[in-house]
Amino acid sequence: MLPVALKDAAKALMAVLNAGKEYVAVMKLHSDVPASRIREVMSEFVGPIYQRPPVRASVKRRLRIRTIYELEVLEVEGRYVLFRVACEAGTYVRKLCVDIGNALGCGAHMQELRRTRVGSFSEDDAVTLHEFSEAMFLWRELGDEKAVRRVIRPVEHMLSFLPRIVIRDSAVDAICHGAQLAAPGVLKLHSGIEPGDMVLITTLKGEAVALAEALVSSREMMAMRKGLVARTLRVLMKPGTYPRMWSSREVVKEP
Amino acid sequence: MKELKPPWAVERELLVKAEGETDPRYGYKPEERPLSEYIRLGAINLDKPPGPTSHEVTTWVKRIVGVDKAGHGGTLGAP
Repeated sequence: MLPVALKDAAKALMAVLNAGKEYVAVMKLHSDVPASRIREVMSEFVGPIYQRPPVRASVKRRLRIRTIYELEVLEVEGRYVLFRVACEAGTYVRKLCVDIGNALGCGAHMQELRRTRVGSFSEDDAVTLHEFSEAMFLWRELGDEKAVRRVIRPVEHMLSFLPRIVIRDSAVDAICHGAQLAAPGVLKLHSGIEPGDMVLITTLKGEAVALAEALVSSREMMAMRKGLVARTLRVLMKPGTYPRMWSSREVVKEP
Repeated sequence: MKELKPPWAVERELLVKAEGETDPRYGYKPEERPLSEYIRLGAINLDKPPGPTSHEVTTWVKRIVGVDKAGHGGTLGAP
């Protein structure tokens, strides 16, 4: 499946590029191996693994660690293995198949690949081209707005896998101008945020304000009375959506 | 070994640091955006068939919706 972001929503795609993905793939082994052995060896690939990107990749070919979150064997039929894998962005499933083949001793390659999830968007609720064009037709020809709202989602849905920080109205416009977020501007936040994590800054209405990098943990954010909590990476909301409000307390650090 | 959860499955609590209210005069809840705003900040979870490229599909979507700009979340070739 493919996330398509319209107009200003496209600014949010950097979060999706970084997001975990899920695939369903078919791996073909180069000789016969008992299914129990296949499952046993594959279970060892859950967790951090080493990968060097293939020659055809457009990234630097250095050895790097990627995390396999889940690896589930769905079906084994002779030398064909159907499996589901949930992994960190930048994981090459093709290389994973080769490595599994090596671990099994017989060699293997990836026969087929289908992406089933990108961040929050999963193929379970994906819209086909046919359904999409039908909905657009209903809108264009019959004025049915609800049809549009069925096939197009708010960008926030695409970003719902990110931990959030909810901020005061008075802090919003400064963030829209690229300011970093300081503790007094924070109203609510998700637990489990670590420094370096990408977070979504939102208003109390749930609107995406910006993508940011957490500078401190959730626990620290809760305790801090002042100081910076997040560095703005990409502004998503148009400046002026909320008025610039000069409050008596410092809620943001000017850019 | 700590159990690793994919980011979409991580269970999080919403911690309240302070109370606040939002002014109804500004902004909208995402689902309640007026149509042009809804589209301007819209994203499609598209079930792309294997034939056309992601670029071709995105161009087609732009034309059908009537917008001049759109992006997509990476081809299958890229991780």
